[in-house]
Amino acid sequence: MKKLLMTVAAAAVVLGLGATASLADKYKACWVYVGPVGDGGYTFQHDVGRKMVDKELGDKVETVFVENVAEADADRTIERLARDGCKIIFTTSFGFMEPTLKVAAKFPDVKFEHATGYKIAPNVTTYNAKFHEGRYVLGQIAAKMSKTGTAGYIVSFPIPEVVSGINSFMLGAQSINPDFKVKIVWVNSWFDPGKEADAAKVLLSQGADILVQHTDSTAPLQIAQEQGKLGFGQSSDMIKFAPKAQLTAIVDSWGPYYVKRVKAAMDGTWKSQQSWDGMAEGAVTMAPYTNMPDDVAKMAADTQAAITSGKLNPFTGPITKQDGTVVGEAGKPLADGDILGMNWYVKGVDDKLPQ
Amino acid sequence: MEQSLAVILTIVTAATPLLIAAIGELVVERSGVLNLGVEGMMVMGAVVGFAAALVTGSTVLGILAAVLAGVGMSLLFGFLTLTLVANQVASGLALTLLGLGLSGLIGESFVGQPGLKLPTLFGIDGLVPFSLFLTAMVSYVLFKTKLGLVIRAVGNNHHSAHALGYRVIALRYLAVMFGGACAGLAGAYLSLAYTTQWIENMTAGRGWIALALVVFASWRPLRTFVGAYLFGAVSILGFVVQAMGLGIPSQFLSALPYLVTIIALVIISGNKRLTRANTPACLAQSFVPDR
Repeated sequence: MKKLLMTVAAAAVVLGLGATASLADKYKACWVYVGPVGDGGYTFQHDVGRKMVDKELGDKVETVFVENVAEADADRTIERLARDGCKIIFTTSFGFMEPTLKVAAKFPDVKFEHATGYKIAPNVTTYNAKFHEGRYVLGQIAAKMSKTGTAGYIVSFPIPEVVSGINSFMLGAQSINPDFKVKIVWVNSWFDPGKEADAAKVLLSQGADILVQHTDSTAPLQIAQEQGKLGFGQSSDMIKFAPKAQLTAIVDSWGPYYVKRVKAAMDGTWKSQQSWDGMAEGAVTMAPYTNMPDDVAKMAADTQAAITSGKLNPFTGPITKQDGTVVGEAGKPLADGDILGMNWYVKGVDDKLPQ
Repeated sequence: MEQSLAVILTIVTAATPLLIAAIGELVVERSGVLNLGVEGMMVMGAVVGFAAALVTGSTVLGILAAVLAGVGMSLLFGFLTLTLVANQVASGLALTLLGLGLSGLIGESFVGQPGLKLPTLFGIDGLVPFSLFLTAMVSYVLFKTKLGLVIRAVGNNHHSAHALGYRVIALRYLAVMFGGACAGLAGAYLSLAYTTQWIENMTAGRGWIALALVVFASWRPLRTFVGAYLFGAVSILGFVVQAMGLGIPSQFLSALPYLVTIIALVIISGNKRLTRANTPACLAQSFVPDR
């Protein structure tokens, strides 16, 4: 009898909870990540943004995330979230673009936000950050700090975001040292600590003494630390992995954007758009400038301030391409579309862009 | 000179985990068992080794723990396939999936923590000479001792071996455990020497490469060694070529290690009759003693 009573009580509790949950009618916001939340980099920062939504909007929202989603398997995951009652879904990798559009067409009432892509639909927005602004600062620091005048650059895939990052880095470096060299290694993966470490070792053995990465693991920075060389963190402050090697890091700050968009979706003001925030909006920030002399740190901080205030734009014309042609008008920045679709190198990059 | 030395060291680090895992699997397959769970055992070794080293502060204890984790996983596989006579291919695949999931769960609190690194001498850690010693030992035991003869007999014809009074199941258990220990060790190499960190899925398919090496090396330890180092060398030289900026497409360079290794090993193993003689005839076949 006692047992039965307990069962009934338990059932009542469960039903009660169910009732309050449906009464409160939480707004369900969902995230699809390409890597593990513990990558200490790109996905980790998206999750910091998700937690900010939890904190700011409290009881009104319920946030859900799925990590480690393979790009080939993305539409199944996104569709499941849409079926499970997600009202707004953030897909956070370039490769999720087509799957997001495909699922969005099936669920017109669900709002979709795709990071780093370029295709939109009535219920699909794209959002990205001007990471290249941070890379200009990295380029200047690298040119000041490198003894060999050569940086090693570890990259994932030849997409516009990565290419514009390389170009901005080089333009920054050339503003200090016009003969600055960069060696580029494509590892064809966003996340493979082993390969990234191999690439880092090879680059350092080939005369580079500063590592830049556009891949997500902390491995390259750890190799720099082991060999007494320098490097930059990616997406997140990686200082605890390389306290003696990290000069600074480009830190993605998605939180404010996520809060803004979830709020807009909740109060009905959400509209499809292409959002591209940078330092000025606080979407791109820099980790503290460490392991460098004060004058270099000051120069970096000044450049950061100039970009933030809009005084400096990394892609200000005229810019000479690798093939010698010139783009952009003197004193005017390139159009956003030119940067978002960038598929050429600036002069001085010693690499052939994979097509 | 210094440059090429650094490149050679990188090649050695890239080849060592492949060699260790492949040598373990080679013994397993020589005894007639196909364990496709190398990736799963390896990733478990990586997480357990990393965690144990971090908690105890000793890389030696980390390595021991990783070996035990590999053995534990392999015992599960052994119980399923040898005692319960389940399908080896399916059980091995399940073991990989289990390892990938379980390691993520165990490693959750260790993600993003700087780990311990194996001490090195002239840039070489202790596991590199050990892996060479292991290869030589396995080659010696398999082809020059009675134990090796019995292992191969069990793998080639378990009914005859059984009729002669050899304990097929017990021997296969030992072989499977050896394979698990090696896979665990290879995993520990990834998280304690290769890159000192724990990240989910950090094996990134290396267990599968090790499995392929065994087959293309036609179950010969020294050829497995050649294959592992060739694979490591071509992958790293691909990066070197890229860093030189010669303009060779990087996608092609990424695919090259697979192509070169397979072609080279197929050429080495060109003699069909010898290859057939080396292939364990009872590979992946379940054994039920008839009396």
